[in-house]
Amino acid sequence: MAEIIQEEKGKGGKKKPRKGDAHVDMTPMVDLMSLLITFFMLTAAFSKPKVMEIVLPEKIRKDEKVEPPKIAESRTLNIILGPDDKVFWYPGKADPAVTVLQETDFSATGIRQVLLDRNRALFKKIDDFEQKVLKGEIEIKQDSMQNAIKQLKKDDDTGPIVLIKAYKTSKYKNFVDIIDEMSIVGIARWTFTDISWIEENLVNAALGIAPVAQAPAK
Amino acid sequence: MTPMVDLFTLLLTFFILTATFRPQEAAPVDTPFSVSETPMMDNNVMTVLIAKDNKVFFNVDNGPDTILKFRPKILAEMGKRYNIEFTDDELRKFEKSGAGFGVSIQDMKAYLDARTADEKKVFEKGIPIDSADNQLALWILFARQVNPAVRTMIKGDAEVEFPVVKKVLDILQDKNVNRFNLITNLEKIQVTEAKTE
Repeated sequence: MAEIIQEEKGKGGKKKPRKGDAHVDMTPMVDLMSLLITFFMLTAAFSKPKVMEIVLPEKIRKDEKVEPPKIAESRTLNIILGPDDKVFWYPGKADPAVTVLQETDFSATGIRQVLLDRNRALFKKIDDFEQKVLKGEIEIKQDSMQNAIKQLKKDDDTGPIVLIKAYKTSKYKNFVDIIDEMSIVGIARWTFTDISWIEENLVNAALGIAPVAQAPAK
Repeated sequence: MTPMVDLFTLLLTFFILTATFRPQEAAPVDTPFSVSETPMMDNNVMTVLIAKDNKVFFNVDNGPDTILKFRPKILAEMGKRYNIEFTDDELRKFEKSGAGFGVSIQDMKAYLDARTADEKKVFEKGIPIDSADNQLALWILFARQVNPAVRTMIKGDAEVEFPVVKKVLDILQDKNVNRFNLITNLEKIQVTEAKTE
């Protein structure tokens, strides 16, 4: 692409001395630079991936004589992640004879509504607090705000205690979604536990599969 | 032309300075979406990657300072456990690559000596996680011994069946890791939805 300056020799052969407009040809440099820019633009990763922190309770080992913590049955809400993005839930304790699984999904009117109905008091408190901060009625630093919300959650004693369980054919996506719901609705107490054989059979029944799970031999 | 060149130079400088080179992922993973906005940490991170085909990969970084060289130390510990001696060259290759790997420790030597990506691919069968030879547990153990400040990330594909994830969680909890970070993509949701009375 460099310029080729052809000297005109045909006409009389009179060479005019060039007057000082000596210029550097920049085209190759520009070419190279646009290539490099394209390369860096395409390889640049602007957005960092996000992380979601979860803390699970410590496992109780078989040799340890520690009772798992007791929780109030009335506040317990069990959520079972099913196949095909289905969600089942039931309140209280699983009893094969009485418990009926309610089926719902991950839409805004699905499990979120169920959780919100039970967590309204705490949700309102957190929401009011955030509104006040937004309006400038409370002056607080970002870090302390997180702590204040944490404290609100800690003091809460009416919201549900959510136990999340996963059926064997559920997807990892469902697990992330349900934890996400916990943070959206502001559930103070939730944990992830193993699914029991009773619950597995309840899901099987809801899906129309013959119950296969058995009580573990003691 | 000069203004254009000026602009190009500026742009080029900007992109060169902001570019962070991420080593290529060991396996393509579509992470699920969440509303979490916490950005991922740059160092002191170990990542358990669960690919769509249920293969498990592991990655750990060199630490906040390059002289710390956590990766080769972890590999050397791992080699000691399995009576495999890694040469300095192999350790250096492992340190420099920075990429996740899904290779059993028995294949690690051949994997590090392989020259092309295609040759390496043959060994990527996933890290064994069954109880008979639970190499993932050992990687986690040594990673935490070498770098006590390491944080655990789980990067799973959205479509992975849950039992595999559960297995990984169990292995982590067996090693007393109860605090995890799940790597997700940011999803915009309408917060107003949740405010309906």
